[in-house]
Amino acid sequence: MESKLNLNPRLIDSARSAAKNIAEDVQNFIDKNTTVAVERTVARLMGVDGVDEIDKPLPNVLIDAIKEGGGLSRGAAFWIGNAMVNTGKNPQEIAEMVSSGEIEITKLPIADENKIMEAVYETARQTVERIKNNRAKRDEYLNTLGEGRRPYLYVIVATGNIYEDVLQAQAAAKQGADIIAVIRTTAQSLLDYVPYGPTTEGFGGTYATQENFRIMRKALDEVSVELGRYIRLCNYCSGLCMPEIAAMGALERLDVMLNDALYGILFRDINMQRTLVDQFFSRIINGFAGIIINTGEDNYLTTADAYEEAHTVLASQFINEQFALKAGIPEEQMGLGHAFEMNPMLENGFLYELAQAQMAREIFPNAPLKYMPPTKYMTGNIFRGHLQDAMFNFISIWTHQGIQLLGMPTEAIHTPHLHDRMLSIENAQYIFNNARDIGNDIEFKKDGIIQKRAQEVLAKAEELLKEIEREGIFSTIEKGKFGGVKRSFTGGKGLEGVVEKDEKYFNPFIDLMLGGAR
Amino acid sequence: MMENIQKVDLTKIKPYGDTLNDGMVQMSFTLPVPYGDEANEAAKQLAEKMGFDDPAVVFSKDLGVGYTYFILYGKCTHTVDYTSIEVPKVDMEFMDREEVEEYIKKYIKRDVVIVGACTGTDAHTVGIDAIMNMKGFDGNYGLERYKGINAINMGSQVPNEELIAKAIEVKADAILVSQVVTQKDVHITNLTQLVEMVEAEGIRDKIILVCGGPRIDHELAQELGYDAGFGRGSYANHVATFVVKQIVERNLI
Repeated sequence: MESKLNLNPRLIDSARSAAKNIAEDVQNFIDKNTTVAVERTVARLMGVDGVDEIDKPLPNVLIDAIKEGGGLSRGAAFWIGNAMVNTGKNPQEIAEMVSSGEIEITKLPIADENKIMEAVYETARQTVERIKNNRAKRDEYLNTLGEGRRPYLYVIVATGNIYEDVLQAQAAAKQGADIIAVIRTTAQSLLDYVPYGPTTEGFGGTYATQENFRIMRKALDEVSVELGRYIRLCNYCSGLCMPEIAAMGALERLDVMLNDALYGILFRDINMQRTLVDQFFSRIINGFAGIIINTGEDNYLTTADAYEEAHTVLASQFINEQFALKAGIPEEQMGLGHAFEMNPMLENGFLYELAQAQMAREIFPNAPLKYMPPTKYMTGNIFRGHLQDAMFNFISIWTHQGIQLLGMPTEAIHTPHLHDRMLSIENAQYIFNNARDIGNDIEFKKDGIIQKRAQEVLAKAEELLKEIEREGIFSTIEKGKFGGVKRSFTGGKGLEGVVEKDEKYFNPFIDLMLGGAR
Repeated sequence: MMENIQKVDLTKIKPYGDTLNDGMVQMSFTLPVPYGDEANEAAKQLAEKMGFDDPAVVFSKDLGVGYTYFILYGKCTHTVDYTSIEVPKVDMEFMDREEVEEYIKKYIKRDVVIVGACTGTDAHTVGIDAIMNMKGFDGNYGLERYKGINAINMGSQVPNEELIAKAIEVKADAILVSQVVTQKDVHITNLTQLVEMVEAEGIRDKIILVCGGPRIDHELAQELGYDAGFGRGSYANHVATFVVKQIVERNLI
């Protein structure tokens, strides 16, 4: 693609190569460790589900038992496999036996290693097959029903009650939405377990549970068939249960997941070791399941200034791209994030936003870029807010963004009302249609404000990435270089759930999903 | 001719469209009924019941699930006596950053310690960040930038217990609590719990308690037992002025 911004390809290559080294450095750390969340995910993918009599999820019961028995460094798959060989039961029955105290999973005699592997891989292959079938089912829908044009219109539902969410989601789809995201209840990201079953209570959102995923996917399939257009479902693959949510999403055919490598560290104060190990496995699953990930660069701009810190967004996009590649996510599934968050009173702010969006488009040509609406400078003046959203929509169609998270005029007032969503969809549809090919027709003045701005942001991002490459990402975060937020290597939540792997550790799903089985 | 222009009667005010006392109000809402003439009539009748004369549905749209959206105008029949209104608010001249710094130097003569957090399950740091972060908001620097103020921003989803423990540990002069999520009144429960815990610790009279957020006002804050509440449009210098003046007034130096 010819650059409209006259960006220096050598600078782009240099930035990308620095990001690659940064990711490789972290990968060495990731490969040596596992976490309770990763192992609970292995248990889930082997078929363990349900809760005990005090509503503790069985994956937690099982992994806690293995951890207390000192066995976690070998990986849950080994112990589950060993118990399968010993008892002849399936993983779910084994988890129930552990829960009732019938067996101590780490005290069973160690069976023949080949038999353990055989048992584990036979079970694991069945799940991998199910996820492959889900992917095929999505492709079939896309081939037979088709989909909305890009940028996909992405809206949020957040009633707290999954059945109410279904009504709102179906309404939004009928009004023209292409992606429905069910916002999670506040604080779920800090729970070290995934709640179970359908839920009807939540604050500012609805619990992410496997049953809620299933209910919503079914409702959207119905409306997709009715409308003749496949409607994608999105949830939040972040927090302390990142890989478990990925597994649940893969099993229930979610299509889009918020899934950032650094977000939890910076904005939820989750320990960096924990999140980096968790995000790796979660992304392997998302990649294999054909799920589009959305990264969270937009969040930097809620704490840092969008004009001054624009280069940190680009630097993070480069890093997220490299982490995603490590986990086998193709570019077509990388919804790298950014946002329209500059102060609306800034003179020529629109030009700077345009430069940023066009720059992301040119640097990541195959990624379905996820563009986030103004939130920070939404004031409660719903009329001006509607205009700000219109400016945002205009840039999106101009620069060919992939996923448009629609801004709501009532942002900063309440979670969207039924008609707020309609007004926003109408806003986007009007502008997208009315200016559809503007990006193909208009070029930017050489060395004008837009070109210069993009070149300057790229240069600063490249500089920052080289600095991080020298220093390492852990230390960079400790110094507060992203979003102005400082986090320490051993601080934050969830560090106690990180365990160094034994040399005999194995996780069959990394092998099956990242290996040749695709 | 001047005498033909009606004068505003402040004891009986009503909305203004383009003529005094025309009572014109614009509104929009959704009704759970299918789009059509009956839906428009329902919206009109509802507006009449709300106290609007001559309601007119100027736009309606099918929302796709048997629901309809309306935009209406109507003439309000009610009035309000403006002269009898009293609104409790943080009533003081706000100092700017330099003045606050000067005030601390002159009257308090030590660092003022302020601990802030977005408490409970609330994950929205935008409010507390606007007040506390170095950068501040909309050109107004946050408390971290103030000389003479040691501002500790604990971030989001901080349990009330941890906030209080921190305040005691650093001998805080003031606690700032931000609450953005107000769905199902979760902020009320949370703010009330904090006050009760501060009282139980026996430090209520030694500490300045301030809450803030888009749905919080001074009256609500005082009802809940806080010293002040700051709503939409508040900046760091407002909060700082209040805190430093309280320190002096309550002799917490």
